[in-house]
Amino acid sequence: MSLEASVGTRRGDLDLRVDVEVADGEVLALLGPNGAGKSTFVRVLAGLLPPDRGRVVVGGEVWDDGVTSRPAHRRALGMVFQDALLFPHLSVADNVAFGLRTRGARRGEARAAAAAWLTRVGLDGLGARRPAELSGGQAQRAALARALVGDPALLLLDEPLSALDARTRLTVRAELRRHLAAFRGSTVLVTHDPVDAMALADRVVVLEEGRVVQTGTPAEVARRPRTDYVARLVGLSLLPGTGAGRSVRLDCGAAVAIAEEAAGPVFAAIRPESVALYTTRPDGSTRNLWRERVVGATPHGATVRCELDGEVPLVADVTATSFAEMGLVPGAEVWAGVKASEVAVYAR
Amino acid sequence: MTRPATRVPGPLLVPAALGVAFLVLPLLGLLVRTPWSQLAGQLAEPAVGQALRLSLVSATLATALSLVLGVPLAWVLARSRARGRSVLRALVTVPLVLPPVVGGVALFLVLGRQGIVGSWLDDAFGITIPFTTAAVVIAETFVAMPFLVISVEGALRAADSRFEDVAATLGAGRWTTFRRVTLPLVAPGIAAGAVLCWARALGEFGATITFAGNFPGTTQTMPLAVYLALQRDPDAAIVLSVVLLAVSLATLLLLRDRWLGRAGAA
Repeated sequence: MSLEASVGTRRGDLDLRVDVEVADGEVLALLGPNGAGKSTFVRVLAGLLPPDRGRVVVGGEVWDDGVTSRPAHRRALGMVFQDALLFPHLSVADNVAFGLRTRGARRGEARAAAAAWLTRVGLDGLGARRPAELSGGQAQRAALARALVGDPALLLLDEPLSALDARTRLTVRAELRRHLAAFRGSTVLVTHDPVDAMALADRVVVLEEGRVVQTGTPAEVARRPRTDYVARLVGLSLLPGTGAGRSVRLDCGAAVAIAEEAAGPVFAAIRPESVALYTTRPDGSTRNLWRERVVGATPHGATVRCELDGEVPLVADVTATSFAEMGLVPGAEVWAGVKASEVAVYAR
Repeated sequence: MTRPATRVPGPLLVPAALGVAFLVLPLLGLLVRTPWSQLAGQLAEPAVGQALRLSLVSATLATALSLVLGVPLAWVLARSRARGRSVLRALVTVPLVLPPVVGGVALFLVLGRQGIVGSWLDDAFGITIPFTTAAVVIAETFVAMPFLVISVEGALRAADSRFEDVAATLGAGRWTTFRRVTLPLVAPGIAAGAVLCWARALGEFGATITFAGNFPGTTQTMPLAVYLALQRDPDAAIVLSVVLLAVSLATLLLLRDRWLGRAGAA
């Protein structure tokens, strides 16, 4: 029940070319900014949009071969959309049973299966309600049950959590993780929230402007981002440059001292908590010391995340107390220090 | 506290009030002039009952025919990507602006005994349509169906087509999706369109008298009876008018809360 897709299609300005493979039981997250082509890609997988060319094979069955495209209703798939999109004229139980009924199950069987799934997603006893009487989180759980009840070979989740408020998102995300672990088919999760990708996916594909720019485990992508977009998502400062022994000459002109030897085109990545800020030039052993100016500051948990510009564009986390004591308003001049051992370097 | 947002500005208030008067006064005049004492006697006339029954039956049949043909047509106009859709929409809505008498003449030319389709029907099956009750239903459908089509097309356009995508991912083919998802979603719009269509068919005059004639019992509907009575016995015309007004109002009021209100809110 694995997925192999190699798809090319044009939609307006978007020129989408994506190749992915997803094994049985694997969850692949498609991470990318708005307009990157994530939703277009899953619509192609769902059969809602015929691709210009390419091939989609699920569990050995050819769904698209570039010439013929199997229509959506003949694909063994389940899909969850950003808004739960429960049919407003049907009860919650009939919504969940819908896919079984269209695929020929008897009314009684379909009802029993729907009831069992409603219990599994924690909506026991709510089957008789109308979708309008459910909360956002409940509706999204029902939508998940509706997608999974037919035991699909492929599960597509298109931004399943982004319409939920922060607190609901936490609980639904945890439940979704449990259901995905039990699901035997392949899952493709579309999201622009790196937390969803990190929490739910076995593997992450980063999509920008219709192209795959990075593939890896969530940890790899978070630790070694290859584009500014991902770096910003995971809060890293990503500095492209050229390795020259124990330092990296950055493309922006400055040099970064590093702990290990490096050569050729590399990325130097610096975590915000590794950056120390000083109002006056500090003495001591810090090898990397740059003149910076604060250009932005946003609260980030117990700390304040400061965007810096100057010799090297950086992001620094400081405690709220230090932020106030140092008077780090936008425009303030500071020194930023980073230890050589805190700079991650990897080939471009 | 005053709520300035809901106060009607003066320049709008006067014309609006005049508009209400213009629409309501003639109806009040009708009621004032009604010879209430003769009402029971007039209503007992067999000709009145006949005309009323014919009107109700033919308007209902015309609405049923409009639903069978008009809902699929509205779907095509709202959902199909085919070229020439705007031309098709214009053609379909022509009867809205066409003088009904012209519509009657056109129907006569096509379905009359000498007409393109009519002569074939006559030769092949011995069927003649003009001046029959079937002709009344056809004339009313011709004039009233565009009301239904426009109303249902609007409802289809306003309906969220993503529900149709969801249905497809749940194994529903196009026909199942239409039956089990699209149709229930636009049901209030269909009901509203059917009421409009029925009311328009009930009041149909020009196309009916041209194409179906004016034969008591088979083609003389209420509006035709009103027109004829006016020349012979004005009091009878008033009574018939009041009956028609009562039937129309009762239908609107009965259906308003159930369907039209919801369609308006959606």
